[in-house]
Amino acid sequence: MDKSIDDIRGEALDSLAAIIENEALAEWRSQYVGRRGAVAMLFRNIGSLPAEERAAFGKQVNALRGELEGAFDERAALIESQRLARDLESDEIDITLPAQPRRRGGLHPSTRTHREFQQIWADMGFQVYRSREVEADDFNFTLLNLPPHHPARDMQDTFYTSDPRVLLRTHTSPGQIRAMRELGDAGSKPIRVILPGMCYRQEQVTARSEIQFTQVEGLAIGRNIRMSDLKGTIAEFAKRMYQPDARVRFRASYFPFTEPSMEVDVECFLCGGEGCRVCKYSGWLEIAGSGMVHPDVLRNGGYDPAEWSGFAFGMGPERITMLKHGIQDIRYFWGNDLRFLRQF
Amino acid sequence: MLVPISWLRDFVDMDIPVELLAERLTLAGLEVAQIRYIGVPQQHLPDLRQPTSDHLVWERDKLLLGRICEVRAHPNADRLVLAMVDYGADELEQCVTGAPNLFPYKDQGFINPPIWSAFAQEGATVWDGHSDKPRTMILKGRELRGIYNKSMVCSEKELGISDEHEGVIVLEHDDSFAAGRPFADVLGDVVLDIEFTPNLARCLSMIGVAREVAALLDKPMRYPSYDFIAKGAPISEQVALDIREPELNPRFTLTLLRDCQVKPSPFWLQHRLKLIGQRPRNNIVDITNYITFELGQPLHAFDYDELQKRAGGLPTIITRLPQPGEKLETLDDVLRELGDDSILVADTAGALALGGVMGGGETEISDKTRNVLLEAAAWNNISIRKTIREQRIHTEASTRFSRGVHPSQAILGGSRGIELMRQLGGGTVAQGLLDAYPKPPPAVTVELPIARVNKLLGMEVSLDQAADVLRRLEFAVHIDGEVIQATAPDHRLDISADSVVGQADLLEEIARVIGYDRIPETIMADEMPPQRENAPLLIEERIRDILVGQGLYEVINYRFTSKQTEAQLLPAGAASSLPDANYVTIANPASSERDVLRHTLLGNMLENAVNNARYNKAQQVFELGNVYLQKGDLLPEEPLQLGILLTGARDADWWQGGESPDMDFYDMKGVLESLLHALHIPDFAFQRGTHSSLHPGRSADLLIAGEVAGSFGELHPQVAQRVKLTAAKVIIGEIAVAPMIKQARRLHDIVPLPTQPAVLEDIALVVRADLPASEVEAVIRQAGGPLLKDVALFDIYTGDPIPPGKKSLAYALTYQDETRTLTDKNAARIRKKIIGAARHRLNAELRA
Repeated sequence: MDKSIDDIRGEALDSLAAIIENEALAEWRSQYVGRRGAVAMLFRNIGSLPAEERAAFGKQVNALRGELEGAFDERAALIESQRLARDLESDEIDITLPAQPRRRGGLHPSTRTHREFQQIWADMGFQVYRSREVEADDFNFTLLNLPPHHPARDMQDTFYTSDPRVLLRTHTSPGQIRAMRELGDAGSKPIRVILPGMCYRQEQVTARSEIQFTQVEGLAIGRNIRMSDLKGTIAEFAKRMYQPDARVRFRASYFPFTEPSMEVDVECFLCGGEGCRVCKYSGWLEIAGSGMVHPDVLRNGGYDPAEWSGFAFGMGPERITMLKHGIQDIRYFWGNDLRFLRQF
Repeated sequence: MLVPISWLRDFVDMDIPVELLAERLTLAGLEVAQIRYIGVPQQHLPDLRQPTSDHLVWERDKLLLGRICEVRAHPNADRLVLAMVDYGADELEQCVTGAPNLFPYKDQGFINPPIWSAFAQEGATVWDGHSDKPRTMILKGRELRGIYNKSMVCSEKELGISDEHEGVIVLEHDDSFAAGRPFADVLGDVVLDIEFTPNLARCLSMIGVAREVAALLDKPMRYPSYDFIAKGAPISEQVALDIREPELNPRFTLTLLRDCQVKPSPFWLQHRLKLIGQRPRNNIVDITNYITFELGQPLHAFDYDELQKRAGGLPTIITRLPQPGEKLETLDDVLRELGDDSILVADTAGALALGGVMGGGETEISDKTRNVLLEAAAWNNISIRKTIREQRIHTEASTRFSRGVHPSQAILGGSRGIELMRQLGGGTVAQGLLDAYPKPPPAVTVELPIARVNKLLGMEVSLDQAADVLRRLEFAVHIDGEVIQATAPDHRLDISADSVVGQADLLEEIARVIGYDRIPETIMADEMPPQRENAPLLIEERIRDILVGQGLYEVINYRFTSKQTEAQLLPAGAASSLPDANYVTIANPASSERDVLRHTLLGNMLENAVNNARYNKAQQVFELGNVYLQKGDLLPEEPLQLGILLTGARDADWWQGGESPDMDFYDMKGVLESLLHALHIPDFAFQRGTHSSLHPGRSADLLIAGEVAGSFGELHPQVAQRVKLTAAKVIIGEIAVAPMIKQARRLHDIVPLPTQPAVLEDIALVVRADLPASEVEAVIRQAGGPLLKDVALFDIYTGDPIPPGKKSLAYALTYQDETRTLTDKNAARIRKKIIGAARHRLNAELRA
């Protein structure tokens, strides 16, 4: 016998441990566990042994083969994983390079705010009612308790058309009359709607004022609508639109189409009510005009004001959008500069 | 309106800090826009935020009331004097001053009756009177032309009362004055700047505001005396009155003061007028202003002698409408042509004044006036509004009369005015007050059941509480069971006689005085109207989402444009494709570029594109908005349109990408097809475009349900040239939204997923070069029958070996049978049919 089993094991395992690549590994395999390898040679020698030793020797050689094959598999797996690690390393890319640009698109900020409004009001049972923008003077003013030469007409600078009976609506309120007449069924059905849309005023265009702006008006009519409902409903809106604990305050004010009338202020969400430049150090931001629908307006909508009551409110989405995004110039809205629109 | 707290205190006591009062007024509807402090410190209250004021606080130990006892000449300077001031110390203090208004007292010895001023001791902080910019300084002792000086008497500018620095402040004697009192206790003040909504006409005066304060704080009102001392001959013998338009002039009163002296007003009156931003003139004119602001009743004073001169005897005051072509030169030296509606104060010789608006020049009060005829009248507010609009003048009188002053106030204003004139100008008042009152407004009584208050406010208000609020507002209140009967006080015109409206009027008063903050916040308990889906709105929003998903940005443009802008969209000589309607024309446009409402979205969108082209290599935008078509009716149609604009590179620049081709017709077609597919509109088609603003060969009309819904394509090169958009092709389109809303399917069936394998194959057909691809596809589909599931064009080829005038169209075809596996034989049969049909109907050859 040239070499003992132990010699072969020792030699084989030592040389395996030094192998780091696949070719050497294949060579090792044929040298030790291949058909002509060292283990096979041991088997070949088995015949030269005395008969009583053959069984034990065979067992030992089998064990050796098992051991070497196991060591081989282990080594092969190790080499493979090292190769993979090297490959992965060499596949590395510069993840800081600019991305493949995808075309994104975006809604106009005004649309985004309107959707937010519509969602909140829909949850409270207010449905969207849309109404025309070029209006009859009657609907924009007279039927809203603003007869010709009423002092409150001065509060709004109106775009008139070449027909003096026709104007561009100065607020969404004429939609109140149209909604009452269309949905009220001659003053017999309750109504809860919001009236979003574009309005127009003849003003100097500046960073703070535009000739065209959107409004969202709300109207609730019923047999038992109370001023406390108006307060509760608007307070709920403010909590959803601004922050869950937003404080709201109501100030007496005047609109010809509501009585009592009130302005709604929400605690300035920019300074938390501490006072800042935006809220003019008052801690409050004006967010809505509102009030109980004036009896004459109810009448003009077909309702008997002795039986029916309602509330109405109006809000300016652009102003809210400006506050929320720190937009300093209202002219951005209809300027449609893509550099602005891409920021939403 | 500026409202000094010191003036309000004439009529009501206030026991809360002024900052809190301002808050209460604001919450009750009298919005205090600003608080101006004069000499007194600002108070910071918890829970009340306000801007920090940077005014000068008068130090109570250093800024004192001083009596100027004597004015001596300065030994070394003609333009300086030495004022000897008693400020409560043992010795008089000598102040060097150049105040011109002290020079008349120079070397006149002890001054009596006493005059008083603001005395600042060494170390006091005052505004620097010589600085152009607001800057404070601390008074230090120094020599002034050889005389050591460490204190001073102050100008209004140095105190921060006004910009006046011509002389020192000089107060006439008042029995309450004592040398050495903190000056803050004398002229320290707080001025509220209150903004009034149009319904608060009754509050446009100190008494008007005081009444609100009294009601809010539940304090009694202290009214001034309206008695006047009259010892002259009866007025009725000295002037006559003739009201010809009682509707426009419901009341006119006159009082007469003879032998008075026109001179500057005393300090207190000038000071009050200055505090509210009015310029003092002379005692008579100042009093008319003073009463306007104290009571809210404007007055007008005439020079009686001038009237007599004009009349050549006993004057008659006539109120009437103008005669045709009549003119009047008003106090502001403007010769005015009078409109038909302007009510005039006139005499027999002609117009004297624009009633309730402005007096005429000829009969105004001058230094020479001796006899004053004082008008206190009431005017119809609508008539005044017409006049001020027509004449474009706004005066304190017209502001009040145009909102409505109750005629009851005339007699109060006239009485108090003439008495003050007598007190400050001397002379004798004629007995009586000439009062023509042809049109008294009816007294208004409203019946208000307390149950209605509770029902509408949503809160329990007791009968007593409601009645108390109304009494505090000076309503005459009678309680009848559960009903309040409230009669409006005679300074109010805003309570309606209509029973329900009157109730709302009272409700508002009750709510705002109790405080809106006391009303609870409730959730509506009333019946909920049925909730219905708003399909048009849903589809609109869906359109937005689909387009945004395709990488488009939404724009919203002005609805305004000009006819010229839209005419630019039309190539020379072409018939317009814009809607056949008139424009809605703005009578008072913001500018000539925005004087009509648009007929199309294209004009404004092209403007956007021009602006955006400067900073963007590619633009993909859409707008959903109305256009305005004036047809036969009074009001225009306002159809909703979808505009889309694409221009520039199809793909954004990228370091791995090459040069991107520009977007073209097919990009737009793709945007529209995916929109229509996503909306589940099955029935749409394209045909060669007819829109005049588009390239005739590179545009299409979109048909929805067989009707043209809009057009899209490459902008006509001539239009592109005109609007200067030539760097890249502009692909633009406008589609009516209504057909999309109408045809969009809310429900649609899906196709089951196939269970059998498909057979795929390609065929290439050589056809006439100008044959539309859609015709080829139609023939293939028809011939292919139900087993042909998909036809996709994947290549178009012209050139060798395809003969000239021909093109090769290569299609990928998909055959599939839902019930069995197709064999090659089956497929070959269909293919044969397709080739046969193409050959027969399109004269097509199969490309080898």
